[in-house]
Amino acid sequence: MDCYLASLCVFVASALVLGAAAVAASIRPPRPRRSRRVNALGAGCAALGCAVGFAGAVGALINGGATVELLWGLPVGHLVLRLDALSAFFLLPVFGLGFVCALSGGIALRSVRPGEHNLAAHWFFFLLLLTGMACVMCAADAIFFLLAWEIMSLAPFFLIDFNDGDSKVRDASWVYLVAAHLGAVFLIAFFVLLWQVTGSTALTLAACAPLSDAGAGTLSVLFVLAVVGFGAKAGIAPLHVWLPEAHPAAPSHVSALLSGAMINAGLYGLIRALALLGGSPSAGVLGELPEWWGWFLLLLGLATALLGILKALGQGNLKRLLAYSSVENMGLMFMGVGAGLVGVSAGDGWTAALGFAGALLHMLNHAGFKGLLFLCAGEVLHAAGTVRMELLGGLQRRLPLVGAAFALGAAAIACLPPLSGFTSEFVLAMSLLDGASLPGVERQLVLLFTLAGLALVSGLAAAVYVRAYGITFLGEPRTGFAANAHAVGWRGVWPLIIPAAACVAGGLLAPYFFDLAAGTAASAIPLPQGLTGSATGADVQMRRSLAIVAMVSGGGVALAFLLFAARGLLLRRHGVLRENTWGCGYQASSARIQYTAASFAEPLARLFAPGMGLLKRGGAPEGIFPERAVFSTSAPDRLRTHVFAPLFELVERACNACKILQHGKIHLYILYILATVVGLLVWGLRP
Amino acid sequence: MNAPACFLVQLGLALVLAPLLPGVINRVKAKVAGRRGKPLLQTYYDLAKLLGKGEVVSRTTTWTFAAGPGVSLAAALCALALLPMGGVTSPLAFGGDFLLAAYLLGMGRFATMLAALDTGSSFEGMGASREAAFSALGEPALFLAFLTLTSLSLDLGRGEAGLSVVDARAAFSLSALFNGDMAAFWQSGRPELLLAPAVFFALLLAENCRIPVDDPTTHLELTMIHEVMVLDHSGPNLAMIVYGAALKLWFFAALVAGLLVPPLPLWQHAALSLAAIFGIGCCVGLVESGMARLKLTRVPHFLGVAAALAALALILTQAR
Repeated sequence: MDCYLASLCVFVASALVLGAAAVAASIRPPRPRRSRRVNALGAGCAALGCAVGFAGAVGALINGGATVELLWGLPVGHLVLRLDALSAFFLLPVFGLGFVCALSGGIALRSVRPGEHNLAAHWFFFLLLLTGMACVMCAADAIFFLLAWEIMSLAPFFLIDFNDGDSKVRDASWVYLVAAHLGAVFLIAFFVLLWQVTGSTALTLAACAPLSDAGAGTLSVLFVLAVVGFGAKAGIAPLHVWLPEAHPAAPSHVSALLSGAMINAGLYGLIRALALLGGSPSAGVLGELPEWWGWFLLLLGLATALLGILKALGQGNLKRLLAYSSVENMGLMFMGVGAGLVGVSAGDGWTAALGFAGALLHMLNHAGFKGLLFLCAGEVLHAAGTVRMELLGGLQRRLPLVGAAFALGAAAIACLPPLSGFTSEFVLAMSLLDGASLPGVERQLVLLFTLAGLALVSGLAAAVYVRAYGITFLGEPRTGFAANAHAVGWRGVWPLIIPAAACVAGGLLAPYFFDLAAGTAASAIPLPQGLTGSATGADVQMRRSLAIVAMVSGGGVALAFLLFAARGLLLRRHGVLRENTWGCGYQASSARIQYTAASFAEPLARLFAPGMGLLKRGGAPEGIFPERAVFSTSAPDRLRTHVFAPLFELVERACNACKILQHGKIHLYILYILATVVGLLVWGLRP
Repeated sequence: MNAPACFLVQLGLALVLAPLLPGVINRVKAKVAGRRGKPLLQTYYDLAKLLGKGEVVSRTTTWTFAAGPGVSLAAALCALALLPMGGVTSPLAFGGDFLLAAYLLGMGRFATMLAALDTGSSFEGMGASREAAFSALGEPALFLAFLTLTSLSLDLGRGEAGLSVVDARAAFSLSALFNGDMAAFWQSGRPELLLAPAVFFALLLAENCRIPVDDPTTHLELTMIHEVMVLDHSGPNLAMIVYGAALKLWFFAALVAGLLVPPLPLWQHAALSLAAIFGIGCCVGLVESGMARLKLTRVPHFLGVAAALAALALILTQAR
């Protein structure tokens, strides 16, 4: 706890210094040396705070949690920080990824010209975001939680708006701001209702005890409010629309942090809310929750995962693709939570324990590989000047280190066995696999078919990431962007070692990570008494399975190296001849005949076009002497353009209609006040 | 002979005999077409020749291209080692290992697809794109078929053998599903189980790029999937690809065989399994002789039918 508080102090203190520097920089003309110093200070302090905080989180996981109550000058609520297992577990990506992103961002922003950006302001908000996330994960009081939530939600607005000369970036940050606040509205409603029912703002099981008498209707309203509010932050469909706008617009170290750590706050809040709603001090466990909660979350998660991965398949912008893939992964985590709840309601300890543990493990792993991929995309943007895949290609030769790191991350997120993505998806799949022992054939079939849906999602994920890596990094450079990309040396990318190592460790040390996740899940969402036995059995067996998975797939990698070496031996005598790619008889080959991102996705796009929301322009050349033909595809978000945009226009029109009341004539405003006072008097004088 | 040794002997046998399987298919096709056909051992000759050659590699390529075949062969080897051999449990078996096997094969595909894209050729990009699409669509069918078997195996463990619930879940392994118990089960009045071998056979055709999904004998048609992906490979790398493809074929044939061969004493089971695997090879040859390749846009329908059959089997199994 001390380390955790120390890291908060580092964040706040350095944020204050940087805030002052930001104000100073906006008054006095910037100078290069000061800008560099501010950059080093911001990145260094953020990294230092994260390192200290990480030590604190690990310490809390080992030694158990602690609670601190600080002074608080507000009339309601208390400033209580509680560092329990769930908080510490969610702090791991916050601090771990925060550390990597701070270092990587510090390196990337060194080359920023001082006149263009106010780096002090950037790092100020970066530190504020870290502070907000760290407080959200530990707040044990509703009011304090909401305050921290607002800090965490507001700071990214300024971070996303870094390149504010670009109108698209400004647009994206506005979309983000609107979405963040709409989500917050539901959360405020959630906490107010919770307060009303329990009579306390403390977020502890004991304080929420009156919930058990609140009645199913109130509980369900609370549940829906929590799902909408936290789901908006997590990027659950159909509330995901801000995510693919905001993440590509932000600088890459910010997108990595948003995608790997901030959206986890949604999952964290949901798990906390479920633990509070389902807990009763007498049973101390998930009591009688309505069964539809679990099914709702499970199917919502599956739908989100499918939508996310299909939309990712349609994207030509690498960072947008990664953002949609975050939607997919969040869907998988929600599926895990849903499976856990279903397991609890149906009395199946195996499904319950593995569902929750799988969701948590996937959260941890996702932070690793998504952080790695976003940072790699940032290096691509830095080196080539664009992340539009159709303009790139052949970057593996220009940026070998970045390419290798991206390949590793892509393999991990596409669930290839020795890496971390496979292990968490394996746990999720095993949780669903036991659907056959649930009572009732409908339950069995839904769970098992969900598993088949999961298989489809992971198959599509493999296609998405083959496309992302293959089109961007392999083959010939398609345009000058890729051909003239400037090399990124070792000094630019060394922070990437940490997430890359996390991807490998998450696979090879999977049993330990699973222990951590399962232990956290068991302490955060204790299962009913009757299920603990089978849950323990499931944990034991899963640990053993994961050990064998690590052994077999690690052996597979070793075998691949052996085969590679054997090939080298065989080739020693004859050698390797380098020639042009065989053009099947066609000699005048050009980089333009390569398969593009759009053509790679075409066979799947033909099937899933409605799901992908594919928009095609132009057509094939026609006639014997064809004219110049143009064809382009894009996959804009239909939910944004067809649902949310009209909705907000409607709201705007309604608000404009209300403007009749606001005309700027003071005497009429005084009349309003008078009328109100008279009205209140009449109401108060009623017998 | 103890069980691990027995398994290893049979695994070795599988590794040696796997390249014979494409030979058998070719021979059957030739016979049906009234030709004499290539020698049965042609794949071995090819492998020996390729291993002794040098490589011609595209200037465009990077290490991804060079590493692809090794990774895909290693993945196929690991997946094969998870299967039971002639009814003998694999020493690596664990609950849920079919997921690992499926994803290992996925890893092999991932590496091959990247190697194909690395050449920068439009043909190979085309092959990779189709492979990605069809494998993604095949995945649900594969899982549904496995799920039918696992939920039955759960019943079996709970009801008949009287296993505890946790042990019953250990029965989620390939070794428990494909050791012949299922064959005993469909013979004793669960005929819906016969849908599972049919689904696995359909997936065998799709995953190994056989007719009706793909035509492994042509090289330059724009309809190609697997063969066009490996166009630029040569020498030892091509040998690894050819051998890896044979192992993958063996893997799927062994899945079908594992459901058809009833539990028997050890050596009879082993012999019958081998016979069944080569019998399935003959079936593939017959199918290839009797059918034309589907139009590519129809392949998803083929996979969809496989998935629907698997779903039907699952529903029937659960509805009992």
